[in-house]
Order: sequence, then structure tokens, then C-alpha cells
Amino acid sequence: MSRARRLGLTLIAPLIAVVAAALVTSLVLLGVGESVGEFWAVVLSVPSSRLMVTIVNNASVLYLSGLAAAIGFRMNLFNIGVEGQYRVATFTGAYFAGLALLPGVLNTLVAIGVAMAAGAAWAGIAAVLRVTRGVSEVISTIMLNAIAGGLVAFLLRELGEQQGQIRRTTTIPESAWVPGIPLIPGEPSLVYGLALLALVAGVGYAVVLNRTRFGFDLRATGASETAAVASGVNVKRMTVAALLLSGAVAGLIGMPDLFGDSHAYGSTIQVGLGFTGIAVALVGRNHPAGIALGALIFAFLSVQSNALGIIAGISPEIVAVTQGVVVLSVVIAYEVVRRYQLRIEQTEVARALEREPAAGSEVGT
Amino acid sequence: MSTVAGASAPGAAGPPQPVGAAPRRSSPRSMLWVWLLLGLLALASARVLSGADDIDSPGTLGAALTLAIPIALAGLGGLWSERAGVVNIGLEGMMILGTLGAGYYTFHFGVWAGLLGAMAFGAIGGLLHGTATVVFGVDHIVSGVAINIIAAGAAAFLAEVFFSGLPGGGPTQSPALPNAPSFDVPILSGAASDLATKDWFVVSDAASVVAALTTDMSAFTLLALAAFAGTYWVLWHTPFGLRLRSCGESPTAAETLGVNVYRYKMIAVTASGALAGFAGCYLAVVASSGYANGQTGGRGYIGLAAMIFGNWRPGGLLTGSLLFGYTDAARLRSGGESVHALLLVVAAGLLVFALWQLRRARAAHAIGFAVAGGVVLFWFLAADTIPSDFTQMTPFVATLLVLALFSQRLRMPAADGQRYRRGEAG
Repeated sequence: MSRARRLGLTLIAPLIAVVAAALVTSLVLLGVGESVGEFWAVVLSVPSSRLMVTIVNNASVLYLSGLAAAIGFRMNLFNIGVEGQYRVATFTGAYFAGLALLPGVLNTLVAIGVAMAAGAAWAGIAAVLRVTRGVSEVISTIMLNAIAGGLVAFLLRELGEQQGQIRRTTTIPESAWVPGIPLIPGEPSLVYGLALLALVAGVGYAVVLNRTRFGFDLRATGASETAAVASGVNVKRMTVAALLLSGAVAGLIGMPDLFGDSHAYGSTIQVGLGFTGIAVALVGRNHPAGIALGALIFAFLSVQSNALGIIAGISPEIVAVTQGVVVLSVVIAYEVVRRYQLRIEQTEVARALEREPAAGSEVGT
Repeated sequence: MSTVAGASAPGAAGPPQPVGAAPRRSSPRSMLWVWLLLGLLALASARVLSGADDIDSPGTLGAALTLAIPIALAGLGGLWSERAGVVNIGLEGMMILGTLGAGYYTFHFGVWAGLLGAMAFGAIGGLLHGTATVVFGVDHIVSGVAINIIAAGAAAFLAEVFFSGLPGGGPTQSPALPNAPSFDVPILSGAASDLATKDWFVVSDAASVVAALTTDMSAFTLLALAAFAGTYWVLWHTPFGLRLRSCGESPTAAETLGVNVYRYKMIAVTASGALAGFAGCYLAVVASSGYANGQTGGRGYIGLAAMIFGNWRPGGLLTGSLLFGYTDAARLRSGGESVHALLLVVAAGLLVFALWQLRRARAAHAIGFAVAGGVVLFWFLAADTIPSDFTQMTPFVATLLVLALFSQRLRMPAADGQRYRRGEAG
């Protein structure tokens, strides 16, 4: 198959998915008697520069979340617990930074490390249960999500302080804040300074996965566990390592907002980022660039939909349907394209064999 | 402690069994009674020792049943689907669709139409999951995750459309819904309730159970129990059930015997969605008084865990659901105190398990369980109550503990979660 054709086939799947999602969303809106035209007019309008900054901020956070999920996916591990790891890690990081044990930037750096360790530890519970007791990580991480919610609420009550209506950890000293980056000239709102973490993590993900032995072992185990075992991979150790790494990256999700905007962990923390990350990883096919595209699309949709209620009188929740349909149709489309590719390859091989009938008969004689 | 699972799963890839410990054969049904009796005895002892009277009052047990049924129905949905080889983590989403369907149809057309509507909504989710996994061969977990996202979004969006203008309704909840008909068993109900208040060791506790089962029994609860009996009969005593289960064990073998594997899988997943829809309906109509956003609260996942706990069998699934329903009820009714008393039960269980491990000459395991039991016992003695945040986690921690202790004795259908394509049988 030619290179161009291969590329075309790779791009057609997301295209089908976007069209399908647009179609389903429009049909749902038609079904309940809302104006389809107004919906698309609002969602597809050019965002103001302030909203563009918000989109970039949300996308960077979603990208980290998508990476966390993708690390597990590459090894056929379903870390559904990104959400719980993110909550536990963000709380721990915020609490540690709020203690102000270290001066300035050192506090920031160590707090990020503490958050990553907390996320890894929370994922580690699932890893240990899987390798020692054979508990499926799907179920255990789902349970750990719920437990994380209760645990953090308890810790917030014990260790946090009341500020007006909400309960939050001690505010991080100003010396440890990370200043924002001006992305668009003349726009007062800034991109999170730690949005750069997403870039670093993305590059790290690509390098580790494609250029190191660890990454090779990880992908090999994901592709065929038996083959990996036969070539000397210690699957149990890889399972633990992959889940710890996934949890550590999940620990980064809350950092840009923590050090850039909210400066404390409070009951107003954004929930659901971990679940959206799973969706983003699926849309992006676990590819570092694909996940970035997925994160941008999801961030764009959620930010643009906020105006739906005010302008068009449509509930912004409809966008969750759009996002869900994107995920489902993209995985179906990839599967259909894969089968189609397989069939083309089979016909090509068959044709090549037909062209050299002599080779076949020589083997026979 | 786990003879039930051990007897039904002799081939499981568990730790090597000592030669002396031949698997004891006893019918699962008689073992169920033994377990229920032991549980009752443990609860009665804990009640007397800790003075937490609410841990097995008829009210708590009744609430336990009400909270167990949605979990059990979701798990039953999981059972249908996984017995046919399709892992269904979309149960949560199908349950959400069920609560929405129940809210809409019950408000407009009454309780029974609400049940049908909820099952239809759930079945749509099941059909979607089936189309993605069976027809297109998408990974089952991935499809399930996507369905959960779609269902949560669709429910939140449609709830606003359905309920916004209605009296007592709002963008996130339906108006109050009529409850399903319920009844008391005459004489028995009153007598048992009286006896339950007498505070006699074991006798009053047993009376509590009878009182809970005979007082204010909902028609939906009976229907749910009938669904269990029906599932057991259909899946294990009819040719249809045998074929369906063969699709979960070895689809290629089933194919060579002329079974239309795709059709059976689709039927199973659709039934699974309908049962999850029923679970959602029960939650909205019986366990609470109407639809509300986020009402399922992960119960679909707990149902899945209950099914795994039950070793992919209806009886075990029901036992697991009752266990989870009970921990949920204990926290709702005088939560801190009741869950605190339950710590004593858990500590005793862990210590007994440690002794059992010691008898089987596994010192390391024995020490581990003994230490865990000691810690829980210390916790029980040191504190008077448990913070509400911890009581909320109880069902989830219980699920994790149970899976950690028993998972190696479980055996799932052999081809569960695997992709299958027609015509690939050799």
C-alpha cells in the first residue's frame, strides 16, 4: 500500500467520527425541538481571545489526563482511575505546597514531585492488587475513584481551613506561584505557566515509548503478552511500572491550575477531568499528537458550549453527548478502517502470489 | 471460608493446594444457608457486644434489601452479557438511561409504563454496546466507557428538556413519582416486628430478617427476585441458555455446532441493558422518589463487582449484592455507629481467616491477616464512631477487600471480553 493511501486511511477515521457526532447531535436537537442552526452557530463561532486562552488551558490539562490514560492503554491496562489519582495527587501537592516547608521555586518543584508520588501510590494499590491477587485493574481503579473522593473530603475537613463558603487547603505562598504566559498580545488573561508540563510530558511520552527499551517492552506486552513473556519481559514488573507511571502523570493534571490560578485545593476542584482524559486518549489513538488533537477538540467543544444556554437557550449538556458519540464512532471507525486495510493487504499479497505461480509450484515439487 | 467458590471453581488458577485439602463438595444452595446463618450470628454478637441496635433492625434490613436490588439487577444484566462473552462496563450508563426512562414514563403514564420505558431505554444502551462490540469488534471496555459518557450526557441534557417546566421538577430532577404498589404479609409481618424489638440474642435478629421480608414489600422487589429465578432457569436449564453460555465459553466451537453467535450475543447484551434499565427504574421509583442527575452513583459498577464476587453465578451475585446493599444501608441509618459496630465483624472475620490460613500452613498469609484484623480491632476499640466520609466509602472498600481475598478462586467465562469474528473458526 502506498504511503499516501495509508495516511489517508488513518485520517479518514477521525473524519468519519466527527461527521457522525455532528449528525447525531443535530438529530438529538431536532428530536427535542431545539434549533440546530443556532447550536452550530454558537459552537462554531470564532472564540474571543479570552476564550482561546481558556481553550488552550483546558486542552493542556486534558492532554496530561489523556497521556496518563494512554500509558496504561498502550499495555492493555485500563486505568479507569485517573480521576481518583488526580484528586488524591492534587490534594497532596496542594497541602504540601501550602505548608511552605521550602522556599520559592524549590517548594513548587518538590510539591509537583510529591503530587506525582501520591498519584503513583494511589495507582500502585491497583497495581499491587493486580499482580499479587489477580484483581482486574478496571474494577479496582473504579472502586479506588470512589474511595479517593471520600478520603480527600475527609482530609480536607481535617487539614483544610474554611474560607467563606468553601473549605480549602492553606493558600500556597506567593513565592511558589507560577506566572502565566501571555499567548495573545493585548489579552489580559494568561496561559498557565505549567501548561508547559503538558509539552514536556508529551515529548517524554513519545521518547520513552519509541526510543527506550522500557517503552519497547511496554508496547510489546500490550501487543502480545505471551510473545513478550517469551522474549524475557517480566510482565508483572511492567504492569506495576506502567500503572505507577500512569498514576504519576495523573498527578500532574491538577498542577497547572493549582500553581497558576486557584493556589489551593478546595471543594470547587474541577471533577471529571480523569474520565474525559480517557476519552481524549481513545480519540487520539494513544498517539502523542493524536491525543493533543483530541484534547483541543474536547476543550474547544466544552468552552464554546458555555454560551449555548445564554444565546440559544440550549442546555450545554448536549456537548457531552457530542463528545461521547465522537469517542464511540472514532473507535468504531478505526476498527472498520483496520479491517478494510487488512483486506487490501490480503488481496495485494494474493495478487503478488498469483503473479509468480512458478514460485509456488517449485515449492510443491 | 471460601468453600463455596472453591467447590465451584476447582480449575481456577489459584495458589497450589496442599494435598490434604481435597475440595469439599457441597451444593451451593445449602452453603448459602450456612453463610446466611453465620452472618446472622455475627451480626447478633456484634449488636450485643457494641450496643449498636440499628445494625440489624428491621428498618436497616429493609433498607438493605431496597439498596441491594438495584445492584443485584445491574449485576444480573452483567451476568447475561458476560455469560455470552461481552464484558459490560457500560452497565452504569444503561442504568442512568433507565433512571431517565423511569422518570419520564412514570410521570406521564404510571408505574408499569415507567418500568417498560426504563427497560426500553436501557435496552437501547445495550443495543449500542452490542453493535459496537459484536458487529464492529470494538474493545469491550472502550465501548463501555464511551456508552457511560454518552448516557450521562444524554440523561443530563434530556432531563432538562423533559422535566424543566413541570411542577416540582427542574433541570436536574423529575417531579415526585408515584411508588410501585407494596404490601404487608398479614399476621407474620406484625408478629415478627414485635419479636424484633424484644432484644433477644439471635431470636430477635432472625425476627428482624422475617419482618424486613414481610413488611412493605414492593411489587418491583418481587419482580426483581423473579428475574433472578427466571435468569437461572433460562441460562442453566434451557437449550437457549446453553447456547448463549457456549458463546461466552468458546464462540468458535459454538459456531461449528451451528449456533448463530452474533445473534445470541446481541440478545444477551440487549437483555443486559434492559435489566440495567430495570435497575435504574427501581432506583428512581422505589429506592427514591424520582429521577435526579447522578442518581446511580456508581451502582452499575458495584453491580459488576457483585457479579464477579458471585463468580458469574446468580446465587453468588445475589449474596454479593445483599452484602453491598447492607453496607450501604448501615451507613445511611445511624451510619457512624453501625459501621463502627461492623468493624468488629470485619476484625473477627479477618482473624478467623488468619487462623484458617495457619491451619493450611501458610504462615505469611496468616500473619498478614492477623495484623490486618488486629488493626481493625484496635480501630473499633479506639474510636466510638466513624466519620461520615469513611462510611460513604464502605461499599467500595468492601468490594476491594472481597476481590482481593477471593479473586483467585473465581473463574470467568473462558472467552469473556475477547473479540470474535464469524468465520474465523479453523
